[in-house]
Amino acid sequence: MIWQALTFQLGYNATLVAIGATLLGIASGVTGSFLFLRKRALVSDAVSHATLPGIALAFIVMVALGGEGRFLPGLMLGAALSSGLGLIVIGWMIRNTRLTEDAAIGAVLSVFFGAGIVLMTVIQSMQSGRQAGLESVLLGSTAGMLRADALVIGAGGALVLLAVLILRRPMLAVGFDPDHAAVTGLNVARTDLAMMGLVMAVTVLGLTTVGLVLIVALLIIPAVTARLWTERAEVMVAFAGVAGGLAAYFGAAFSASAPGLPTGPIIVLASFTLFALSLAIAPTRGGLASLLKQSRFRRRVHRRQGLLALALGQPIHESFTLALLRREGLARADGEPTDTGRAAAAKALLDEARWAALRADPAHGLTATRYDGLTPIETVLTPDQISELDRHLPRPQKVI
Amino acid sequence: MMGAEFVALSLTPMLIGTMAAIACALPGNFLLLRRQALIGDAISHVVLPGIVVAFLLTGTVAALPMMLGAAGAALLCVGMIEAVRRMARIEAGAAMGVVFTTLFAAGVLLLEQSDTSGVHLDVEHALYGSLESLIWLDATGWSSLLDPVALAGVPPELPRMALALAVVTLVIGLAWRPLALSTFDEGYAATLGLPVRALGLGLVMLAALAAVAAFDAVGSIIVIAMFICPPAAARMMTDRLSRQVGWSVVFATLSAVVGYTLAGYGPLWLGYNNSVSAAGMIATVSGLILGVAMAAGPCRRRAGAASAV
Repeated sequence: MIWQALTFQLGYNATLVAIGATLLGIASGVTGSFLFLRKRALVSDAVSHATLPGIALAFIVMVALGGEGRFLPGLMLGAALSSGLGLIVIGWMIRNTRLTEDAAIGAVLSVFFGAGIVLMTVIQSMQSGRQAGLESVLLGSTAGMLRADALVIGAGGALVLLAVLILRRPMLAVGFDPDHAAVTGLNVARTDLAMMGLVMAVTVLGLTTVGLVLIVALLIIPAVTARLWTERAEVMVAFAGVAGGLAAYFGAAFSASAPGLPTGPIIVLASFTLFALSLAIAPTRGGLASLLKQSRFRRRVHRRQGLLALALGQPIHESFTLALLRREGLARADGEPTDTGRAAAAKALLDEARWAALRADPAHGLTATRYDGLTPIETVLTPDQISELDRHLPRPQKVI
Repeated sequence: MMGAEFVALSLTPMLIGTMAAIACALPGNFLLLRRQALIGDAISHVVLPGIVVAFLLTGTVAALPMMLGAAGAALLCVGMIEAVRRMARIEAGAAMGVVFTTLFAAGVLLLEQSDTSGVHLDVEHALYGSLESLIWLDATGWSSLLDPVALAGVPPELPRMALALAVVTLVIGLAWRPLALSTFDEGYAATLGLPVRALGLGLVMLAALAAVAAFDAVGSIIVIAMFICPPAAARMMTDRLSRQVGWSVVFATLSAVVGYTLAGYGPLWLGYNNSVSAAGMIATVSGLILGVAMAAGPCRRRAGAASAV
């Protein structure tokens, strides 16, 4: 069943949903990574919750005008208007009051959502039956998705991607360093506005698939996942698009494969699974990588300390150090150094003495900060500088 | 409106709503000042998976396992946020966004997958509660307040919420000085030997307790709104912490009472028959109060900011 869902064999409707969701996932991953770079990830939480009163009002207006209340483009317009208002209110609060951004986000999201809930109960009492399914905007439901809806989502996602392609340079510049971007002549406020507009568009597009409570996950998690894999912004944006698209595709397919698997939560959990995997195995920031790095560092420290102990003729009590030196053929089992061990030990001691001389000399102030007890001095000084340093060293002593 | 019907239908929900609002607003003051306002948001989301897991493990909707489950989920959430933030080396806001959406999604999925048809545990209830249903059927009028037989029939949420409020008030009262000190200057508090980390975690746990108790009765909308809006409005009124807490209690009470009244009776006054969501209305009123405070509060601007532009 799941295999059929993944290969688009569950019928026309499920295929449509999977394609629409994948496009949405790509668009939200890409858009979300700019938001993440700008360090405003949680603004999307307010944006998404603030859509609810707009959706409800749009429904009421469309029914009052005698139309179909669940007309998706109409609901999307209402959602965009009220989340736009929410963004304006957040901006006003931060500029004009002493409240910080997190408080403004929380206040707007809870109050707008509360007002939306009030309007939803108004709708429930308006005409029984006709509001059926409006609750699906909370947590997303692709079960009753129409062909037109899927087309709207797909086209919207493509438009968002196009806009990102055009705006990526200013948005990256502002994301990295808004002050520098302003100095280079970029209009930071307008760029932020464009970014927020894209976030809003993704949120509105995601209403029917993921639902407004969880769309924020699709904006944040792929971006964070991508951040684990690369230090380059453009790569990260592309990667976030892939991660978001994959999560949405698997999520939509999986949720279509059995009943009782709501689309939104499944997509979020798929996204988190990708994140957790990345956290484990990503090359530099991953858990495995940092464990390796840590053990490599530990070995360097033990090796150096062991060599210094050999050089000074001190016994080595630490069994790990001894094992390390033995494995490299630097020491014997009883802790006595081999010939290569003696040479390496003398080298380490000389290195340490040179560093001591360097750190005592104010002229080398800046270089001295590089001292960590591990770095060989040849990597920071030229041979000329080293021989200059050596003139201040005491006479060489016989090692052991 | 003030007759027997009021006591039976509106008094208990109003009281529960008010106590829930105050219980959330009290720790909310400190969260706001610590710039952790959104921790309240995260906690109120993860209460759902906690409650669902507790239900799946025990098979009942009894208060104690629910409380424990939700508190456990709050702890897990805070721990996971910290772990994600450190391991992935990302900002706290993004880490929060990763964790609470995932836990909430897991809660929704568990709920959909398990058979909870016999108990009232569903996502809509979790979001906006059922304040209106907490009626006191045994009450026949104001005299019932003195009637032990009738009092035995009050909804169990009432004493539970009262207990939670008492605990929150007591803990904040007892820990007032260290809490205030570590909120304003954590470094200084640490040099005095105060356990700042434990205080921070304790505050989160206190918020979780308030959230769980309130969530049970009124849903997570009120919880988030009350964590943030009354303290934020109070912040516009004064520069002193003790007065800010006082104001926030006033605003929370006002939101709950006015919000509940508007939700229950407002549509009737306008000529409609049905009431609207009380939880949503209470959140809306708290937002309106915040709006007024932001427009006219004496201390609304940042210290040092120009008073007129």
